[in-house]
Amino acid sequence: MSSVTAAQKAKSASFFNNITRVLRENIREYGMFIALFAIMIIFTITTEGTFISSRNIVNLVNQAGYIAVLAVGMTLVIVIRHIDLSVGFLGGFLGAIAAIGMVQWGLPVWIVIPMTMALGVVAGILTAFLVAELGIPAFVASLAGWLIYRGAILVVTEATGTIIIPDETFAAIGNGFIPDIQMGAFLPERHKLTLILGLVAMVALVISEIRSRSKKMEYNFDVLPTDVFVLKLAFLSTIIGGIAWLLSGYQGLSWTAVVVLLVVAVYHFVTTQTVLGRHIYAVGGNPEAAELSGIDVKKITYIVFGSMGMLSALSGMLFASRLRSATTTAGTLWELDAIAAAYVGGVSAAGGVGKVVGSIIGALVMMSLTSGMNLMGIGISYQYMVRGAVLAAAVIFDVATRNRGK
Amino acid sequence: MANPLLEMRNITKTFPGVKALSDVSFEVGEGEIHCLVGENGAGKSTLMKVLSGVYPHGEYTGEILINGMEQIFRNIRDSEKAGIAIIYQELALVPEMTVYENIFLANEIRKGPLVDWNETVKRAGEVVKRVGLDVNPAAKIKTLGVGKQQLVEIAKALSKDVKILILDEPTSALNEGDSENLLNLLRDLKSHGVTSILISHKLKEVIAIADKVTVLRDGQTICTLDAHKGEVNEPVLIKHMVGREINNIYPKREHVRSDEVLFEVKNWSAYNPALGRTILKDVNFHVCKGEIVGLAGLMGSGRTELALSIFGNPDKYRIEGELTIRGEKKRFNHPSQAIRAGVAYVTEDRKGDGLILIQDVKQNITIANLREISNRGVIDSNAEIQVADHYTKSLNIKTPSIEQIVQNLSGGNQQKVSLGKWLFVKPDVLILDEPTRGIDVGAKFEIYTIMNRLVEQGMCIIMISSELPEVLGMSDRVYVVSSGIIAGEMPIEEATQEKIMNLATN
Ligand SMILES: Nc1ncnc2c1ncn2[C@@H]1O[C@H](COP(=O)(O)OP(=O)(O)OP(=O)(O)O)[C@@H](O)[C@H]1O
Ligand SMILES: [Mg+2]
Repeated sequence: MSSVTAAQKAKSASFFNNITRVLRENIREYGMFIALFAIMIIFTITTEGTFISSRNIVNLVNQAGYIAVLAVGMTLVIVIRHIDLSVGFLGGFLGAIAAIGMVQWGLPVWIVIPMTMALGVVAGILTAFLVAELGIPAFVASLAGWLIYRGAILVVTEATGTIIIPDETFAAIGNGFIPDIQMGAFLPERHKLTLILGLVAMVALVISEIRSRSKKMEYNFDVLPTDVFVLKLAFLSTIIGGIAWLLSGYQGLSWTAVVVLLVVAVYHFVTTQTVLGRHIYAVGGNPEAAELSGIDVKKITYIVFGSMGMLSALSGMLFASRLRSATTTAGTLWELDAIAAAYVGGVSAAGGVGKVVGSIIGALVMMSLTSGMNLMGIGISYQYMVRGAVLAAAVIFDVATRNRGK
Repeated sequence: MANPLLEMRNITKTFPGVKALSDVSFEVGEGEIHCLVGENGAGKSTLMKVLSGVYPHGEYTGEILINGMEQIFRNIRDSEKAGIAIIYQELALVPEMTVYENIFLANEIRKGPLVDWNETVKRAGEVVKRVGLDVNPAAKIKTLGVGKQQLVEIAKALSKDVKILILDEPTSALNEGDSENLLNLLRDLKSHGVTSILISHKLKEVIAIADKVTVLRDGQTICTLDAHKGEVNEPVLIKHMVGREINNIYPKREHVRSDEVLFEVKNWSAYNPALGRTILKDVNFHVCKGEIVGLAGLMGSGRTELALSIFGNPDKYRIEGELTIRGEKKRFNHPSQAIRAGVAYVTEDRKGDGLILIQDVKQNITIANLREISNRGVIDSNAEIQVADHYTKSLNIKTPSIEQIVQNLSGGNQQKVSLGKWLFVKPDVLILDEPTRGIDVGAKFEIYTIMNRLVEQGMCIIMISSELPEVLGMSDRVYVVSSGIIAGEMPIEEATQEKIMNLATN
């Protein structure tokens, strides 16, 4: 009997050893998830559960949406060693253009949305032109854009002030939820489609993780020990399931969340699986070597800034849709929130390093802070300080763990 | 018996997945020039980084003793205080700063809270003279050639009252004249009591200068040889380094060269707008199928510029002249066009513009030819792994896995990754710029063997090299480049070191 317990003890000891070792080796990758988790738990306790209520989580996701899409684009801009300060007011300005398109020109939504995104691409390409062709530092080129778009918002809203957008379809993007399906008496209080989607996501995650692990084992690459791997799957599934459960308790998945998820899915795919993605990271990792490898560094610069402009337009429309109006102050400080989210999410200013998913987590961390502190009734002045401290802590953490890798 | 000046005992250092040093012992006597040799990845640089505090006490096991006293270095400053100075494989000067600023960087001479510039300039002048460097201390580093920069590094070390000077492959980027200067300087310093540890892959210079030689292989000390007892000669060194004998380091090849001209440039001139001068003038040369053509010349003679101007002209020179491949006229405005036409260029500066150091071996090998392993822009990760595996094996790249970050490989293995990347492009015309810089004899032999195999398969190779034995050993035909013009051409049968040097220096 004693031998059994000894063996069990040894097994559980090696399990914990495995976990600590894996955590230590991958601390950079898992750090943000752990931080997000910790922040959520802390706020759940300090707000006596209000923070984790379905209603608040739904709101949080909707509020984080427009910054999240900006953070995705910004990640790539920083990866190729540039920066784009113009995105906030560009988004605000294009949100106003979308409003004017619908209200004053009477264009339908399905024309306004692609048109605005196309304008965003054009704006991004203009910045890229200054950067790639004329060699102007992106900081300066986009600062010029910042000023110009700030002025442009004022010009287009000068006559009317805030532009109210009456279109209900447009408003649904920022305020609506995906429809539900009827299942009779089954879980009447819950949003069933959201639950089903959550379940699908969980299964898809588990299958793809198992697949990639077995492929890696086939090539004798390092993989997580089985017990830790199972734990990781359980952890991720719980998070997905938990979020789906929470969302389903209010009105389900919002359209904003759908938009963000789509953007993340597309950008994650492009950055990790495609030639274009590889080229972007190569340019960020060593532009001279990339050029000599036959990569057109200018073209990549155009693409990355163009995509940033498009996402700025999307961000502006998400915001305008949520407020059902275009305001004169839309866009203020968005660029800094996006940059902060990207850095919290682990991008490196030295270039070539940073993941899209990380930046989304970064955006969620920053928005959770705001939301949690609002619920606790902490004044805006202290909120700024706390967010600044968290940004600094995230970057310090990043630098510290990077040096250890050496 | 007195204690040796420096003793390293039972040093073991591991990195994730790699045991770089295992139980290495190393002894250096006062006033010696002690050479450290071994294959790429043998652990030479790592051993010296342990000694100089780059890897602080606690990150390795074993002891370091100086004059019999145990030393605990927590950082580089500590080792500097103990009189150890290291000059790294890659230079660490600030190009935009002057010579004297660089010499006293992080070691400024102060007068109260301020830097004492008068004293700085004066003392800089002294050390600069001591290393035999003939430059104005107020000149910016970027205006100096590599050879002189190397001497500035040494001056910097000397300014710190150094007892043990460590040089990690100082001559790999130097031409023969500059290398000779540097070796003379080491002899001179020795007569003034400075002990040097020199890492080098150039066995000739090791034999010329060493008092003692320690050989490392696979992270272990193989032996220490004493030059004064006649133990040091090339075959012995090679045998200990590689673990087997290599009789002729330039392997024989079947001469399969045909007269079919594969690649040719005519009346090729280039003007560099950044420098505001013409860098190439009326260059004419050709390469036949199955031929290795050597481009000999001094550093700075314009050979790299010639290669770049051919390879899609990334530096935007203004070019005149004609380029043909298989008789077909071509014009490349970007390296991608050159690559597509079957031209590949392996750079001389693998860290600067060759590799993406923060990415892994696999990503570096495939980056120039992702097209081949992708389908509609989506990368086939299986195919990628197979390609990377193939080149890692066929080039014998020493790495724990193809997912290792290239930064963590030893210099020579980085060079092989760079070569693998361009072989995967499957070019017809392969331009190699200093292909064996910083590479050990064993790996050199491997690379030469690969070159032979490639030309036998019908490729043609343009080899830029500043090492005359290599040019003479590998080429079928030699062009000598001097100040941007072709100063001469000769078949290998007529080529000699003297002839080439005469043409190169006139
Ligand atoms: N930071 C690191 N992380 C992981 N592995 C490393 C690191 N630095 C060195 N190594 C590994 O340690 C071994 C010894 O490397 P080291 O640089 O000392 O070789 P070297 O003898 O100087 O070779 P070379 O002649 O090519 O410069 C190599 O296998 C290398 O890949
Ligand atoms: Mg080395």
